[in-house]
Amino acid sequence: MNKPKAPAKTRTLKVDALARVEGEGALYVRVKGGEIQDIKFRIFEPPRFFEAFLRGRMYSDVPDITARICGICPMAYIMGASQAMEDALGVTVTGPLRDLRRISYCGEWIESHVLHAAMLHAPDFLGLDDAIQIAAKNPALVEKALRLKKLGNSLLEVIGGRSIHPVNLKVGGFWGTPRKEKLRALIPELEWGIQASIELTQAFAGFDFPDFEYDYTCVSLRHPDEYAICEGRIVSNRGLDIPLTQFFDHFDEEHVRHSNALHGFAKEGPANYLVGPNARYNNNYSQLSALAKRTAKEAGLGKVCNNPYQSLLIRMIETLYACEEALRLVKAYEEPDASCVQVTAKKGVGYGCTEAPRGICFHHYRLDREGRVELARIVPPTAQNQKQIEEDLRHVVAHNLDMPDDKLTLRCEQTIRNYDPCISCATHFLKLTVERE
Amino acid sequence: MAPARKKPRLAVWKFSSCDGCQLSLLDCEDELLAVLGEVEIGYFLEATRARIAGPYDVSLVEGSVTTPEEVERIVHIRKQSRVLITIGACATAGGIQALRNFKDVTSFIHAVYAHPEYIETLSHASPIQDFVPVDFELRGCPISKEQLLELLNATLNGRKPNVPTYSQCIECKRQGTVCVMVSQGQPCLGPVTQAGCGNVCPSCERGCFGCFGPKETPNTASLSKQLAAHGMGKRQIKHFYRGFTANAEAFRRESEAHE
Repeated sequence: MNKPKAPAKTRTLKVDALARVEGEGALYVRVKGGEIQDIKFRIFEPPRFFEAFLRGRMYSDVPDITARICGICPMAYIMGASQAMEDALGVTVTGPLRDLRRISYCGEWIESHVLHAAMLHAPDFLGLDDAIQIAAKNPALVEKALRLKKLGNSLLEVIGGRSIHPVNLKVGGFWGTPRKEKLRALIPELEWGIQASIELTQAFAGFDFPDFEYDYTCVSLRHPDEYAICEGRIVSNRGLDIPLTQFFDHFDEEHVRHSNALHGFAKEGPANYLVGPNARYNNNYSQLSALAKRTAKEAGLGKVCNNPYQSLLIRMIETLYACEEALRLVKAYEEPDASCVQVTAKKGVGYGCTEAPRGICFHHYRLDREGRVELARIVPPTAQNQKQIEEDLRHVVAHNLDMPDDKLTLRCEQTIRNYDPCISCATHFLKLTVERE
Repeated sequence: MAPARKKPRLAVWKFSSCDGCQLSLLDCEDELLAVLGEVEIGYFLEATRARIAGPYDVSLVEGSVTTPEEVERIVHIRKQSRVLITIGACATAGGIQALRNFKDVTSFIHAVYAHPEYIETLSHASPIQDFVPVDFELRGCPISKEQLLELLNATLNGRKPNVPTYSQCIECKRQGTVCVMVSQGQPCLGPVTQAGCGNVCPSCERGCFGCFGPKETPNTASLSKQLAAHGMGKRQIKHFYRGFTANAEAFRRESEAHE
């Protein structure tokens, strides 16, 4: 059993800000007599008030504006808002337009997952500061990761017009649909991407993953016919299975004093729950492709993964799946007659939810008779993971009290980077403080 | 053997923003390792744990100033930076969060937060240049990675960056993009917006919505007349200017003229 150090006086360990997460936040831990007295994961990014200033805007403005909540996963905001508006206005997007949405979302998964796994998370397992240091030792690995990330961006550019904050998507579909030959031109790179994803998964499978497991409440979307990305019901591994309209019956957010990010919580059972790659994998494993399942098995993953550090491997498995799925849909793509479904502004209430790379991103809007926003609620994945991040950190600190401060600090950072909290949805400044009494 | 040239020290800072402009640097996949080979990273939280104390030869600043703490921090960063470059619509015009500037921010706080007393924020979201001298402003929501590479290349080699200040329209004409306003009657801010994004919106058959902010000497009043002739009402025109660069002087003034 780990025995705590017995310091003669309080020691404070402080790191200005947490690196290699998107945005900035802070962690405070107080330990007394080997017991954790207090632990707070704080998000300090200045509030940006999206839900407030959307009021009065036309429904059609909302996807472009909410995209600016996050530079790494703008699709989650564009698509969630678009689908919520379509729900409110009574239209459905099907056929090739739906396929184009799924392909572009695959692009975001590839771009974001590879950035996260290879460039932000992998250095922790190698004891390095960043991917530049990995490149110094293994340039081929980093070049492969960069090329794979670029493939994700290319999908977004061909369909969305640009990779960060795509402009070609709108409520009802697209402004213009891409020519078949422009999409087909990506086929060779997608085929390469499948192989590259497998090779990167194999390379990362050799990492020494910290020995830590948690019995997570996994919350994700589930779709009857496909590994859920853009649509589905909200399900959990504890038996929850609800339509989007019932989200607030089971989940909500609270404002805690120590953070500018609202904290999501479950109304039944423990308040903390997990969204993101591990939750999706655990809930929807059976819908992964045969190749993705085989690659996961060869990387040492079972059908359920409760080691949060192995989210890095699951991100690569989902990258592989996204390459396969995009390839399948690109091959089948036929140019539609119209680039969008006709939408007429009216009064309504709508819900939308998609699987952002870091977990379900929930949208709810109420529109007035002219189609202007009366009420907006956006529950991003990071808010939902806040309590679970704190809970993971509580266990990591409790089990590693004998670690020197610098190593414990690094381990806590690595634990937060399991989530790569999209802190920019909420925050700024992450100071890491451990006080031992 | 000649002594190795000392590499310039680069820092990348974030204020209120979405991280998208910093990400543009990491999205230079083909050039990233080459660029990073030419500089010493002093501070770049989105990419590395490594930190080297200032001063810095070049600081890239993303995001707008929206809290008292950010006011202090930008002054400190300016003191440590030989060249300070702002990147993106937030840093150069206040960004989307500057929509608070047109309303009473306390109503926004009450709308979003259960405990307004926990929230510390300024009434306005402001560009970096409102607080410290800025050596160059790179526009865009997000910035263009081609422009970022040109800017870094020019700065590291001591020359003036080749970044146009003319309108999107000129870019459309040069690229042969059909005018969406003339051919389809789409409202478009292209005539008053600075070029640089690569005409992404007109290329997708939609009008420009002003991500790069006003061009030099924009005639917004004339464009508004044209927008009205296309059937846009006052409120629509107001909201059209109130996007990602709403706080830029020319757009702010024109939107207020349609209050």
